[in-house]
Order: sequence, then C-alpha cells, then structure tokens
Amino acid sequence: MTTAADAPAAAVGIGAVTPVPAHQIVAFGVMVAALVAAPFFVYPVFLMKALCFALFACAFNLLIGYVGLLSFGHAAFLGAAGYGAAHSAKAWGFPPELAILFGTAVAAGLGVVIGALAIRSKGIYFANITLAFAQMAYFFSLQAKFTGGEDGIQSVPRGTFLSVLDLRQTLTLYFVVLAIFLGGFLLIHRAIHSPFGQVLKAIRENEPRAISLGYRAERYKLVAFVLSATFSGLAGATKALVFQLASLTDVHWTMSGEVVLMTLLGGLGTVFGPVVGAVIVVTLENYLAQLGAWVTVVQGAIFVICVLTFRRGVIGEVGHRFKKSL
Amino acid sequence: MTTIFGVPTQALFGQLLIGLINGSFYAMLSLGLSVIFGLLNIINFTHGAQYMMGAFVAYFLLNWAGLGYWWALLIAPVVVGITGVVLERTTLKRLYQLDHLYGLLLTFGFALIIQGLFRHEYGSSGLPYAMPAQLGGGRNLGFMFLPNYRAWVIVFSLAVCLATWYVIERTRLGAYLRAATENPSLVQAFGINVPRMITLTYGFGVGLAALAGVLAAPIYQVNPLMGADLIIVVFAVVVIGGLGSILGSIVTGFALGVVEGFTKVFYPEASNTVIFVIMVLVLLVRPAGLFGRAT
Repeated sequence: MTTAADAPAAAVGIGAVTPVPAHQIVAFGVMVAALVAAPFFVYPVFLMKALCFALFACAFNLLIGYVGLLSFGHAAFLGAAGYGAAHSAKAWGFPPELAILFGTAVAAGLGVVIGALAIRSKGIYFANITLAFAQMAYFFSLQAKFTGGEDGIQSVPRGTFLSVLDLRQTLTLYFVVLAIFLGGFLLIHRAIHSPFGQVLKAIRENEPRAISLGYRAERYKLVAFVLSATFSGLAGATKALVFQLASLTDVHWTMSGEVVLMTLLGGLGTVFGPVVGAVIVVTLENYLAQLGAWVTVVQGAIFVICVLTFRRGVIGEVGHRFKKSL
Repeated sequence: MTTIFGVPTQALFGQLLIGLINGSFYAMLSLGLSVIFGLLNIINFTHGAQYMMGAFVAYFLLNWAGLGYWWALLIAPVVVGITGVVLERTTLKRLYQLDHLYGLLLTFGFALIIQGLFRHEYGSSGLPYAMPAQLGGGRNLGFMFLPNYRAWVIVFSLAVCLATWYVIERTRLGAYLRAATENPSLVQAFGINVPRMITLTYGFGVGLAALAGVLAAPIYQVNPLMGADLIIVVFAVVVIGGLGSILGSIVTGFALGVVEGFTKVFYPEASNTVIFVIMVLVLLVRPAGLFGRAT
C-alpha cells in the first residue's frame, strides 16, 4: 500500500541514506517529553497499555508501511510472546528482563516459521494466510496445557528488573516500559531508515526491478517480517508483565484487526502515526468499555471512515498539510 | 457394535453427517466469496455478518410478520442481497481504483459495525428458530439415524451450488461474467454494463451468504456472532480451493467439512485447526490453491 507521504522515497537512490530530518527529531523530543510527564497526570497502567500497543502498532507498520504487506495475524506474535514471558516468569522463575527476552524470542521464532511460509504470497493471499496461522496459534493456546486455556496465565510475578528496579512499584514499571517502548521505536526507525529499509521500499514500489538489480526480495521481506514479529513480541511480553496476565484475548483475531485499525488511523507508513493511532484507540476503548458491544461498532465505523475519506490517517494528514513526513 | 479403525460406525457416520452439513455452509459461503472475488477482486470480510443477517431476517419474518421458513428462504436472500447492493453502490465502488487491501479493510469495518449492532440489540446467547414442520423427524437408514432437515440442507445447498456453477460456466450471462473477470474494459467496450454487473454480482454473493444463514438458523441458533469465526474458516477454504475458482469452492467446501468431521472422530484435538493445516500444506505445494490458476 503506497501512501502519499512516502512517494518521494522511491526517488531516493538505494543505499543513499538520508539523515533524519530536523522536524522528526523535534517531534520525537516532544513525544518523549510528553511520555515522561504523562504518568504524573494520567493513570500509569493505562499509559503502559497504550505504550505496549503503540510498540505493537509500530512493529506492524514496519511490515505494511514499508513492505506493503498487510498481515491479518499479528495477534499470534503478541499473544505468543505474552504466553512465553508469563510462563517463563511464573513457572520457571525467570527475572523480568529474561522473561521479556524469552517471550520476544518465542515471537521471533514463530515469525521465522510463519514468515517463511507466508512471504511467498502477496496481497489478499498474504492477509489470509497470516490470518490462518494466527487462528492456529489461537487454537493451540486454547488447548495447550501451560496456557491455562480460557483462564490464561494469571498473577504473573513482575519481579525486579536487572535485580535493581522493583517493578511492583507502578512508576518504576512505567519508566521501564517507556524505556522498552522508546528502544523498540528507535530500533524500528533505524531499520526503516537504513540501506536495508531503502531496499524494502524499492521492493514495495517495484519488486521485479529490485530483483533485477540483484536484491533477493524474498530474503529482505522475510527479514522485515521477522523483525516485525520480534517487536510485536517485545510489546506482547512487556504487556504480559504489566497486566500480570497472558490471555486468549491477545491471540484472538480481533486483536489482529485492532492493530490494523491503530496503524490505519494513525497513518500507514508514517513514523509517529502508529503511536498516535494506538493512543487514540486505547483511549476510545477505555471510555467505551462500559458500553459493551458499542466498542465494536465504533471500531468498525473508524475503519469505514478511514478507508473512505481519511486514507492517510491522522499523522499522515498532518504531515501532508505541512508537507513534512512525520 | 460394528467398528471401523476402532471407532463405532454410529459415531463415524454421525460425524460424516455433521461434516457434510458444515461442508454445505463452507461451500455456499466460499462460493459467494469466490464469485465476488472473481469480479471485484476484494475479499468480502462482511460475508460472515451477511450470513448472520440472513438468519436474523428469517427470525424477524417469523416473529414480526408470521412468515415461516419457506418464505424466509425466498425473502431473506433478496433483502440481504439488496443491502449488499446498497453497500457496493455507496462505498465499495469508490475503492476499485485503489489497492485491493482497502476493500478488505472496509468490509472488515462493516462486519464489525453489523455484528456490534446486532450484539448490542440481541446479546450473544442466541435465539431459537424452529425447524419447519414438514422437515421434522428423520429416518433410520439402518446404519444411522438421518434427521430429515439435515438431509434437506445437504441436498438443497448442493443444488444451489450446482445451479450457480451452471449459470456461471454454461450460460450466456455467465460468459459475460467470466469475460468481465478477465478484462472488464474490453467487455464494457462491447456494450455490456460492467458496473451494473459488478453490483449485481456482489448482491448475488451476499444473497448466497444470507441463504446459507437461513439454512443454518434451525440447526445452530440465530446468533449475532454465528458468522464471525465461521468466516475465517471459510477464508481458509477459499484459499485452499483457489481464490475465484467456482468449482474449487464447491468441492473443497464439502470435502473440508467431511475432513473436519472425521478429524473430530480420530483426533479431536486437531479438529479446529485441521483446515488451517491443510491450507498451509496446499500452499506449499500449490500456491494458487488446488483449483486456482497461477497468477
């Protein structure tokens, strides 16, 4: 899927990496400042939820925004990492940093397997295949012993991060989650704006041409897929520790739909769009939670409105207005 | 008691029947998806919701207008088909110039809206819908007991599928349709109104989903979420059969229903995932699906 904001990217020669523009650095500074100040004004657990989903959406955006592949099964990575982290922390007594790493590694491994099979197809086939894999992951989670079925893995210990930071303190946990989010965000940004990212864009714009230039398109796409799965896993593992819970919600296909919604609403292929989209969606869900089924209706309505009138998304529109890529 | 592979024949035939019933729904739904995909190039994510709407229209007809099952079989597909036509005319039509994935996202949004609205109104516990009196009871075939209604569902949906196949593959109208799938602008140049054909095709595919919904109402309950999970299985069925292949949808629909039924007998743990596993295997060997042509 091509967004207008990225159109000039095709003109940039592969391998020539443009420096990060000043307005993006400013925007990043504003985001960091806001996130550091936020827990003193807003309920931190809510913020942590938003941060986990923001990282999830950024990881998803890596695939759809820069490779043009719409995965409808990213919940598998979020959920698998959540189960991995929760199980290793609770049953094996892993400290939080190792639990998160283990969960992320589970998602990465799953990403290699699913990616190797899915990456051969494109467009709607790709969406369907990833969806099917996610359903397999869902039914596995439902039936496997260690996942606790319908109950999930509950009361996961948070422990002490790197044996120094006591994560039972909400504020400490918040800043650890913030650090994880920012680390993930910067790594994804780095990946996109590296020569590797340029090749990805070239493949998205014109795959046969990229292949004829000697790039192994399949391999690049697979690496992008695994990266996306890995960062989704990082988000899922962190989320499991924050909520002390790994449950079926995170593996269900509605979660895959939600991350599409966040990214689409924020702006496909934008740097900050997924973060903004995730914050909006999580906030909406928070306020609409007591209205039950209306959450679904509102989500659906946002999808319809975005697709029909608002395809650049919030950040994409802002960037378009000011002629800057955000 | 006779057994096959250590399984009582009674259970085996029972699951075969359930498999054929599920297969009927898979076949009708994936047929509609295939017809729509062939001409519009979109995967209709609203399909499950439209199947559910069909069942609900039958329920409304019975409880508000006193019109029974047979009327519902006739009216529900038309009513839901018309809502599909409206949907296509007002929204989907605007997306044909864009990446096809936007069509997927739009119909996904509509599915969420429709299912959310129905769930808000009717909860998620399901409403009973009585079986038509003419099809109550069943007959003993000697090796198993066959409820009449289930036999009717299998026979009727098979007939609908074959009729659709005949119209598309063997009539002049179907020839136009297939030509428009190949090259819409050329067909339009011959004076055929392709946009109208696209609209009616979408309406027809949606109507098929609604018809399946009416058939399902007496077996499963009328439930706002009855199509939500089913449609994901049907997506897999369509991919296995080959997107856009008419015969492929019908054959794989029935076959996979039966495979799923037998999995329930021999290895119940895998019954939910067997279709997805088959999908992965098929794609490894034939990326375009069993009956699809390589693109």
